[in-house]
Amino acid sequence: MDFRTCVNIQKEWDIVGARQFGRDFSKKLGFGIVDQARIATAISELARNIYLYAGSGKICFDEVENVGSRGICIVAIDTGPGIKDISQVMEDGFSTSGGLGAGLPGVKRLMDEFDITSKTGEGTEIRVVKWVR
Amino acid sequence: MAKNLKEILVENSNGLVHMWLEEVAEKQKEVTNSAISQDLFENTNREFVNIIFGSVEKESLTSDLDNFTERVINLGWPLSYLTDGLQLFKRVAIEYLIEHEELDVPVPKVLRHVDELVNPIINQLVNEYSGSWENTVSLQRVALQELSAPLIPVMDNITVMPLIGTIDTERAKFIMENLLDGVIKHHAEVVLIDITGVPVVDTMVAHHIIQAAEAVRLIGSTCILVGIRPEIAQTIVNLGIDLSKFPTKSSLRKGFTTALEMTNQMIVQTNSEEQTIEELIDSLDRSEQS
Repeated sequence: MDFRTCVNIQKEWDIVGARQFGRDFSKKLGFGIVDQARIATAISELARNIYLYAGSGKICFDEVENVGSRGICIVAIDTGPGIKDISQVMEDGFSTSGGLGAGLPGVKRLMDEFDITSKTGEGTEIRVVKWVR
Repeated sequence: MAKNLKEILVENSNGLVHMWLEEVAEKQKEVTNSAISQDLFENTNREFVNIIFGSVEKESLTSDLDNFTERVINLGWPLSYLTDGLQLFKRVAIEYLIEHEELDVPVPKVLRHVDELVNPIINQLVNEYSGSWENTVSLQRVALQELSAPLIPVMDNITVMPLIGTIDTERAKFIMENLLDGVIKHHAEVVLIDITGVPVVDTMVAHHIIQAAEAVRLIGSTCILVGIRPEIAQTIVNLGIDLSKFPTKSSLRKGFTTALEMTNQMIVQTNSEEQTIEELIDSLDRSEQS
């Protein structure tokens, strides 16, 4: 897929960069302030997962269109160790790093569409979409 | 022979300077920067080329070079100005030597010699430039750290920690340490953590706040989380973060009122001037009636 913009995630401060970009982008697409906060938080979670578990990766942004509605599509791609049991990480409260374990299930609730593919040893790709209401 | 090449360059410095200035002016047209006046640009160029020649002539790096770099940095000009300038100088020098070659020196040797003359200058400039930036960044880091977790004892037993900006792992650690130190030092019974200025509360930030609040509870004080904006409240609910273990309030003002109640304190307004005047009039009225 061809994305308009990608932000590389390598350092902790790159999370802030990705988040800021996502916020500006969603503002331009016409999202309200609450949805902007939701999108920024979701990006923060995705980027932090990349930083914590994969080491490096990227967050890509694109505009999507469906009959009469616009939305933002965010894809988090990494080539890290991958996720062994996806259903487990989608459970609330599961964490391998001592965190709250609300990250991925939280992102799913923050966004409208959520898609995850992961192969052990190859990497993870998470695609989320939020529509402008 | 190597010396000869250098001498040719130095002897013909006037022509070279002219060629270089033209090339740089051409380059400048591509990257038009209206913020820089033409005069300043020309003067700097002239100075730059003189310094290059000075360094080439002496085959050593002069203090003029350091001073010049510093000035360019202070002007806020990009590093590419310096590197482009030197690359152009290299090109001009090579072209000149090849075209005006009366000595039969093979071309690779000319290239190598010019490289040897100019490369130390490039290295020095780049080092100087990046060193200056590293210095700035580290200073800003220190400045940021000083701002990162202030603790304000507002009243007996009540302390406020306003948080502004992004919270990363390092800062979260700092917040925790400052919070606990401050609670002990100021004998605070209630600590208000104000997150009005925190742009995004994700699971990591929430996790750190919960941990800090729990640690404060362990040393016998209460933590109140204030400044939760409506959109942040919604994202926290969406994320499914449980913040029910400690009190939360929408604004610092409400949190402060709660803190006063918790510490059995009250803010009492002293008699204002108006009231005293009213009382005087009252007493006057009464005296007239009697």
